[in-house]
Amino acid sequence: MAKQILEGSHAVAEIVRRIKPAVVSAYPITPQTHIVEDLAKMKAEGLADFEYVNTESEFAAASVVLGASATGVRTYTATSSQGLLLMTEVLFNIAGLRLPVVITCANRAVSSPINIWNDQQDSVTIRDAGWIQLYGETNQEVVDLHILGFKLAESLMLPVMINMDGFALTHTYEPVEIPSENLIRKYLPNYNPPKDFILDVNNPRSLGTFATPDRYMEIRQELFEDVALAKKEIVKLNSEFQKVFGRGLGEDGLVEQYKTKDAEIILVAMGSVCGTIKEVVDKLRNKNQKVGLLKIISFRPFPDDEVCVILSKAKYIGVVDKSISIGTEGILASDIKRACYGKINEPIKSFVVGLGGRDVTEKMIGKIVDLMKAKDNKTQFIGS
Amino acid sequence: MKYINPFEHLLNPGHTACPGCGQLIAARQVIDACGKNTIIANATGCLEVTTSRHPTSSWKVPWIHSLFENPSAVGTGILAALKQKGLDKKVNVLVQGGDGSTFDIGLGLISGMWERGDNILYVCYDTEVYSNTGYQASGATPHDAFTRTSWPGKKSLGNAFFKKNMVEIALAHKVPYVATSTSGYLEDIKRKVKKALEFTGSKFIHILTPCIPGWGINDNQAIELGKLAQKTGFFPVIEFVNGELVNAMKVPQAKPKVEEYLKQHIRFKHLFADLQGKEQIAVLQKICEDNIRIYNLK
Repeated sequence: MAKQILEGSHAVAEIVRRIKPAVVSAYPITPQTHIVEDLAKMKAEGLADFEYVNTESEFAAASVVLGASATGVRTYTATSSQGLLLMTEVLFNIAGLRLPVVITCANRAVSSPINIWNDQQDSVTIRDAGWIQLYGETNQEVVDLHILGFKLAESLMLPVMINMDGFALTHTYEPVEIPSENLIRKYLPNYNPPKDFILDVNNPRSLGTFATPDRYMEIRQELFEDVALAKKEIVKLNSEFQKVFGRGLGEDGLVEQYKTKDAEIILVAMGSVCGTIKEVVDKLRNKNQKVGLLKIISFRPFPDDEVCVILSKAKYIGVVDKSISIGTEGILASDIKRACYGKINEPIKSFVVGLGGRDVTEKMIGKIVDLMKAKDNKTQFIGS
Repeated sequence: MKYINPFEHLLNPGHTACPGCGQLIAARQVIDACGKNTIIANATGCLEVTTSRHPTSSWKVPWIHSLFENPSAVGTGILAALKQKGLDKKVNVLVQGGDGSTFDIGLGLISGMWERGDNILYVCYDTEVYSNTGYQASGATPHDAFTRTSWPGKKSLGNAFFKKNMVEIALAHKVPYVATSTSGYLEDIKRKVKKALEFTGSKFIHILTPCIPGWGINDNQAIELGKLAQKTGFFPVIEFVNGELVNAMKVPQAKPKVEEYLKQHIRFKHLFADLQGKEQIAVLQKICEDNIRIYNLK
């Protein structure tokens, strides 16, 4: 299989075409637009057989894939930022209905002020919707996550969101290898929905019924437990992925360690910024600074145990976030602290970078490393 | 009407709607007329909440409820999936919502469905009020009606606004089959549903369904007031095919005045209290006369 130089969005459209969803529905929003434009074009040119449904809003697009998924077919949509927030009510509903919808989120800042550029505020904000959330560092990872994501969704009857940084990945040309349809089919067979949970006139069922206080809590607990258990499935599907495609996602599909084994300082991050951090780690290693990176791939479910084991060897831990929980700290930082509570005594620092598309430079990452040993543990915004 | 064992209907007893509910009476006719090869997408509202208490259901056809504002888009998704399965010619997609879902919160998504011309029957059960949340004003609430968010008082005569015309909105989208009915005319509902299903494309049926507690009426009045709303001209029962008015249920020669209708409801009681209210009754009578003229109801 040969590598091609592809724009991230086009690579996503191409892998989605090969995965063969039956229904694609979308509404345009920057920087997701190229993905759905490409899918619409593929349909127009007869290169794809899916139903392509243009809608009047992201709210409707999410509702269309909800209806199609409930009728027992593979579905896909993509969005970003305001579009994801507009979908939010439907996203919670899709998870509660246990529908294996897959969505790509081209991560982008949230208004106001209006800003179309990259950060991760959109997706992390809806972390509690019940979706599995996976983050790619490169366009190759994003492509691979889509294959794994559909398999994961259909195996667990849970929705999966694949996150890719807007512009930094969506509009960037990188060498990418797109597996053939035959190989994909070997890993991801055609979708075979559970017969008792779909809309079928020969087996009438009621979906989305009304749960009173004596029923609701157990149903929510079941969703909670199933998303937590998805960690095991990700590890299993990643190892199957390695067998079929000859490469995997991080070590276990949950996290990737970069030079952490002997690291005194470990930075934690997710998405494309990890590429820049790796560059800085290499340069500092040349200067005999023991720095490493822990990359989070699976943000929901969160790899608590894996993170603790890796970070337990570090003396200084810093979390680099492209999002904030206003008035507190970076959102990934909060999760790292929660995972490490009672197990790691070293302070965990929160650094915020790259909001609204601000370039994250090697200099900024170097600055973060320099600040790691400072006493101050307040959230720091590193904008230059 | 022929007697049918209640459990042979596709909407079964055991639901928790109010006794005499106009919406449930109409909904049973609608689904029976559609038949068992039908998938329903239902909006949040009384019809949903009273028929689907987990782990029970009154529906004998596949049925889904997602949210308040999105059943039309869910219906589009169901239809798209049926196309992929080669079943779209054999299975009807029925979308149901109340007036809150249809006139207000879901209107944008309905417009999208109609723009796409999706082969879906949309039925609005219009109680002219947010029944499920305890009777607040919607875009379908008649002028001057008392609701829990349009109180009559020293500075108010009830709902300040006028009922939105959903039929005209549907016609503006070139929906090929558009009709209205009321829960006073069960055979008319059935006939219109069957006729609607003969059309490929979007279909819209708007049914006035009296709400016992929301209108402040007795539980034996849903059918009677469904008829009276039509006979006064206050709610025209009409049918459009490809934009042409093909059928209009005529008002009687000696048609009742609107006040005959209004005085039966607690929601219009305040109009009978003083001169100002009487003037408003004249405004509502004019709505009837306009309907009779515009839709040729004489």
